[in-house]
Amino acid sequence: MVTLTPIAQNSTPREHTYLQPSVFWSIRQGFSKRLSLLIVTLALAVPLLAWAIVSYAGLVPPMFLPTPTAVLQAGMTMFAENNLLVDVLASSGRVLAGFLVAALIGVPMGIAMGTFYSMDSLFAPIVGTVRYMPVTAFVPLIIIWLGLGEASKVLIIMLGVVLYNAIMIADAVKFIPNDMINVAYTLGGSRRDVLLQVIIPAAFPSVLDTLRVNISGAWNFLVIAELVAAQSGLGFKIIQAQRFLQTDKVLFCIILIGLIGLVIDYGLKALSQKLTPWADQTRH
Amino acid sequence: MMTEYAPPISRNDTIAKLSVQQVCKHYKSRGKAADNAVTVLDDITFSIQPRELICLVGSSGCGKSTLLNIIAGLTPPSSGEVYVDGQAVTGRPGSDRGMVFQGYTLYPWLTVAQNVAFGLKLRKIPKAEQRERVQYFLEVVGLSDYTHAYPKQLSGGMKQRVAIARALANEPALLLMDEPFGALDAQTKEQMQQFLLELWEKTHVTILMITHDVEEAIYLAQRVYVMRARPGRIHAEIPVPFPEHRELDIKLSSDFVRIKRQVLHALRDDT
Repeated sequence: MVTLTPIAQNSTPREHTYLQPSVFWSIRQGFSKRLSLLIVTLALAVPLLAWAIVSYAGLVPPMFLPTPTAVLQAGMTMFAENNLLVDVLASSGRVLAGFLVAALIGVPMGIAMGTFYSMDSLFAPIVGTVRYMPVTAFVPLIIIWLGLGEASKVLIIMLGVVLYNAIMIADAVKFIPNDMINVAYTLGGSRRDVLLQVIIPAAFPSVLDTLRVNISGAWNFLVIAELVAAQSGLGFKIIQAQRFLQTDKVLFCIILIGLIGLVIDYGLKALSQKLTPWADQTRH
Repeated sequence: MMTEYAPPISRNDTIAKLSVQQVCKHYKSRGKAADNAVTVLDDITFSIQPRELICLVGSSGCGKSTLLNIIAGLTPPSSGEVYVDGQAVTGRPGSDRGMVFQGYTLYPWLTVAQNVAFGLKLRKIPKAEQRERVQYFLEVVGLSDYTHAYPKQLSGGMKQRVAIARALANEPALLLMDEPFGALDAQTKEQMQQFLLELWEKTHVTILMITHDVEEAIYLAQRVYVMRARPGRIHAEIPVPFPEHRELDIKLSSDFVRIKRQVLHALRDDT
């Protein structure tokens, strides 16, 4: 038998530890709006300022790092003289086409994988292995198969995104609570009813989220597709400018892709909030 | 008063609403021996007559949730049969056994009215009749003002009332409830118990409810089944000889306390 001494009789009192308040390192304890705004501004202003100082002061040759004004100027000329808008539209069209095909294949595949064990077993081997094969490695093959036309570019973008769509949506479907499905059975629902009236609506916000995340991937693969063989597009423009060492044009195109991405992101976020007002989870 | 539980041979005077016959459930444990199975439910037999409200109490882990899932058809038993109105329904969930779960299982993308109409819509009942029935059952559960609200706008107690309305609107032969008030605070819980009793008086739907709250079981039920764990067995059947209409104050009466003592003793291993 072990005899325990009552805690109160211990000789030294227990040293308690306390959480110190913090403004900057607060973890989910509220954060000042003003401080947040300040940090956001600094995060944008400091790199821009550093770029301006380094380039305007001539610390780096302008061929390596052009000044912000030179980049803006290059952008203006590209829009005015080089028909940059055509390239923006061409690239956007390719991304949209590839992304739509990836959604049309990936979303049903993900929902099927998340819902049925059989479909999961059917697709998991393919998805699991092909996902680790770099799409860039497929580019030579795709060009042999489909040539240098639009189809090959759309296929490259589609291949880059489709499996991620499927996996992320399958995961979201697996997170639907069992009882939400069971309750439909006890209301007389068939498996078809459960799929169409429980699983698909329950997964809908996650589907929108997944598509929003993965469209950035589509833009990545667009540039890969256009680096290979293209007569138009932002990726094509980047390659062209690089040949003539026009770093200002290269930088402008990169920034432009970033801005387009930002607009799409906010647009899709607003769309999903409008389409699913009932979903109350905070999404980033 | 307390009877050591012996399954009824047969009650042929009326067909039982629900009859559970020799239900067993084993799970294979992780051990290498093939016969190393864990028995969760061992030879469960009982039946419920039409219009009864029966509670099944047991500590957590005694297998009462597994038993309810087997009765609902959501989990297949290892052996045994479940009959509703004399028909074998083992392992097949259906609209005859409506169920209210402990967690909130309302569909967040549907309004309160659409949630209540869910089963009716599956049965393709005409729109006008759907609307009428939804209105009736929302009135029964006192939520007529929330017809077009979304579940996220409701409190926990209100959500469970909608879930009960959704189950009842579908006209099940039997309502199964899996600790429906377990996640509610003490005050809301008592209100919901009173509400369920009134609802049962009005509709006289047959109800089987599982709970770990002994007072709740005695307050609501005409009979209380006491389950014990390892292996899960029905240990005792304790009748509750109160009138159907009960006020909350009955919980303080000496009869109530006497029955509570019986149930608590039956739950413990010291008989």
